[in-house]
Amino acid sequence: MSQAAQRTLKFEIFRYNPEDPASKPHMQAFELQETPFMSLFIALNKLREEQDPTLQFDFVCRSAVCGSCGMMVNGRPALACKTLTSQLERTIRLHPLPAFRLVGDLAVDTGSWFRGMTERVQGWIEAKAPFDPDAVEERMDDEVARAIYERERCIECGCCVASCAVANTRPAFVAPAGLNRIARFMMDPRDRRKTGDWFEVFASDEGVFGCLGLMACQDVCPKELPLREVYAYLRRKSLTGILSRRAKPAT
Amino acid sequence: MIGAGLAGERCAIEAAAAGHSVLILSLVPPRRSHSCAAQGGMQAALGNCAKAEGDSPDVHFLDTVRGSDWGADQEVARIFADTAPLAVRELAHFGVPWTRLRPGINRYHIKGEQVDVDEPTDKAGLIMHRDFGGTAKWRACYAAAGTGHATLYAVDSQVVRLGIDVLDRMEAIALVHDGERCHGAVVRCLRTGRLETILARATVIATGGYGRIYGGYTSNAVINEGMGAVLALDTGIVPLGNMEAVQFHPTGLWPAGILVTEGCRGDGGYLLNAAGERFLVALEPEKQELASRDVVSRHMMNEILAGRGVDSPNGPHLWLDLRHLGEEHLTTRLREIYEICHDFLGIKPWEDLVPVRPTQHYSMGGVRVNKDGQAYGLAGLFAVGEAACWDMHGFNRLGGNSLAETIVAGRIVGARIADFVTRAGPGPDAALGSAELKAQEQRLRDLAQRPAGGRSLYQLRDEMGEIMMNRLGVFRTGEEIEAAVRDLKRLLQEAGSIGLRATAPGPNPELTYALRLPGMLRLALVTAEGALARRESRGAHHRIDYPQRNDAEWLNRTLARWLPGAEGPRLSYEPVGLLDLPPGHRGYGASGYVDLDVSLEAYNQRVAAAQSAEGCLETAEPVGSSLRPGAWRGAFSAPN
Ligand SMILES: Cc1cc2nc3c(=O)[nH]c(=O)nc-3n(C[C@H](O)[C@H](O)[C@H](O)COP(=O)(O)OP(=O)(O)OC[C@H]3O[C@@H](n4cnc5c(N)ncnc54)[C@H](O)[C@@H]3O)c2cc1C
Ligand code: SF4
Ligand code: SF4
Ligand code: FES
Repeated sequence: MSQAAQRTLKFEIFRYNPEDPASKPHMQAFELQETPFMSLFIALNKLREEQDPTLQFDFVCRSAVCGSCGMMVNGRPALACKTLTSQLERTIRLHPLPAFRLVGDLAVDTGSWFRGMTERVQGWIEAKAPFDPDAVEERMDDEVARAIYERERCIECGCCVASCAVANTRPAFVAPAGLNRIARFMMDPRDRRKTGDWFEVFASDEGVFGCLGLMACQDVCPKELPLREVYAYLRRKSLTGILSRRAKPAT
Repeated sequence: MIGAGLAGERCAIEAAAAGHSVLILSLVPPRRSHSCAAQGGMQAALGNCAKAEGDSPDVHFLDTVRGSDWGADQEVARIFADTAPLAVRELAHFGVPWTRLRPGINRYHIKGEQVDVDEPTDKAGLIMHRDFGGTAKWRACYAAAGTGHATLYAVDSQVVRLGIDVLDRMEAIALVHDGERCHGAVVRCLRTGRLETILARATVIATGGYGRIYGGYTSNAVINEGMGAVLALDTGIVPLGNMEAVQFHPTGLWPAGILVTEGCRGDGGYLLNAAGERFLVALEPEKQELASRDVVSRHMMNEILAGRGVDSPNGPHLWLDLRHLGEEHLTTRLREIYEICHDFLGIKPWEDLVPVRPTQHYSMGGVRVNKDGQAYGLAGLFAVGEAACWDMHGFNRLGGNSLAETIVAGRIVGARIADFVTRAGPGPDAALGSAELKAQEQRLRDLAQRPAGGRSLYQLRDEMGEIMMNRLGVFRTGEEIEAAVRDLKRLLQEAGSIGLRATAPGPNPELTYALRLPGMLRLALVTAEGALARRESRGAHHRIDYPQRNDAEWLNRTLARWLPGAEGPRLSYEPVGLLDLPPGHRGYGASGYVDLDVSLEAYNQRVAAAQSAEGCLETAEPVGSSLRPGAWRGAFSAPN
């Protein structure tokens, strides 16, 4: 990474405060001196602290694990905290993520969206039996644990949702993160639901059949979740689901 | 429930399961709480893998008390160690994809050597453990290096399943109370900026740590500003416990402060100085890199002060060497560490060294509660998790014990709250609520009317951070702390007259921060005054001018109250709690200490009376009833 950079960065930032009747959506320009290893977390805080105290954005962990800071960086969804300015051109355009309700400026309400999604896909373990405090934990092969963990790593940042043409036009679509969540619980041996129980949610146009398969989502996922594999898995599951339904004797 | 991290959510589940209606408030969506950032693991003595053989809650209890440098309440440590296995198994039931035991030959790195260990077939598929600092056995249960993430998602999924309401972007800014009982809180909506009162029969502070009083020198999230501790302090009644007990983690990325888990050293990583030497081998022959965090951090700072650090434009640091662990291990069982190295330094940890230096990490201090989680002095107020001083950590928390605390305490305190609400008399007083709402509205108006000018809030914050890290860091001296107290008092005054530079309807981030900063400065002062008064060294609190632990004079817990209108805190002390394991050498770190000058029996006799004199409210079970005196005798690693 070039230490010699020291450029003067130009920011163009989307501004709109829904709480202020006088506020209209517009782009605002800022200039900022670049420093070594400057991330958008550092840059945006500097802008707020030194230039415009009203600027709204969200950061929590500043280490790419909490999923708070998704935004459009030059038209592409990304986690701002792990985006280094040295990776970008001198002019940086920032917008809030589309597909989510705007809180103000760059801050969007991903929290309500993800809670709603979790409710819809019932993204929790439906246990086979109540917890037995006296029993040793149910055994699990470490390979299975690893595979579940691989899908569990989604940080609900919403980047994939923002990148997905279907999710942007059809709010009922459970979106990439939702499909991933379904796959995560479907493959968990501790869950008592059978493929058929999931059928309504995922084998429909709101689910995996709504997906156009262009994989914009996988390209933008900051956690590099294997979304392509997830959809292949779900399609396979839904086909077996359909076949097994057909195979059922008519009553 | 103020706070939607692991502690708050686990506690809410317990109370909701008992049939009570629970409302959770949080600054951010629950899954973004800082619990999600915990990496390495959660301690519970399941004793599953070969290197955990012989482990038991007794050994866990001993490790925890020694780790605390005898500052812990041993009864609480006992309750904790006994319940942790159950709590971790319950998390498996909630869906945490714990890393599992692979039977047969596994290759580990232990104390600088590659070792092949045959893992028992009859334990195949049970929860695996990794080694952590200050423990006699491998005990930390983990999900790769995303333990906090996996746990928080599992617990939150139960919150959603149970339909528990969560209001995110809601900040509690004051408690409603009548001097004896808490009736809820006044909250500010961070979407609209509006204030409202939320009345409750029981109010719980589960707001996490106060690391951000160290400015940028912390591994904590930007929202860990200690606002829960401030809520309690502002009552003038509820004391904060042991605020001077602040943990520094040996391996913060330098200079970003982002944490690199202790699991790295647990899995065999080394610390190196500029010359490439493993300096800890000579200094801590027994535990080497895996002595407790306070001890390792001090050795590291000494190494740097002796000029053996690695120079960099941001100041000297040391190296964490993970190269020998290899790419496969680093991209699976330590995957998050690889990601951090890649994203923030552009390096591959199997090829490059990682620059590290101790950074503020954990707040042992917090709202002082009894073993039921009930705050001293105010009925109906509870605290749980990092925000609380339940006090199983004393002056140094062991790695992995905090995640476990959130879950264990969440279960226990949640049940106590359910009990309390069922028994509690009349409901909350709405008139008190509206009075407090008016007072808070006035506070906002006053703030808005102050003329802008002078330094910005953020400059004050940065100065506070410098003071705390430079003068209340790993090493402390009386002179330095006195200077810190003077400077913090000046900053607190200055903060009281700063006006806003911009007014904007809605949440207005500057106003949000202006409401928080004076509280943070008060916490900083409480920390400094506590550290100044404590003329000994215990755990993470290390006074160069009083380098020994002094059990004759300081085997106690600091309590700090801030009386209305006062310029600083009022300190008092209580015994640490009943002693079961007598104070002694920890097995690592300094070996000298000043011994207790009374018998254990005499010390113990004072405990219950002294605690209730400090305003400790009645417990559901009498003090001492959960202790199993002497049960640890004969346990592995017990003293003779
Ligand atoms: C980087 C890192 C790694 C760690 N790794 C480990 C580990 O491997 N093992 C381990 O045992 N421990 C670890 N810890 C410590 C552990 O993660 C924390 O101590 C623990 O998660 C704290 O949980 P909590 O629920 O008490 O608080 P938090 O998770 O911090 O939650 C606090 C909650 O309170 C809310 N809140 C705060 N103020 C207000 C307010 N005024 N009004 C309303 N809501 C409010 C927040 O929104 C949040 O929901 C780590 C810590 C860090 C920083
Ligand atoms: S592949 Fe499917 S889910 Fe992904 S962006 Fe395209 S349409 Fe959306
Ligand atoms: S799948 Fe990836 S991009 Fe989508 S929300 Fe999860 S982490 Fe973000
Ligand atoms: S701030 Fe947490 S992911 Fe960026």
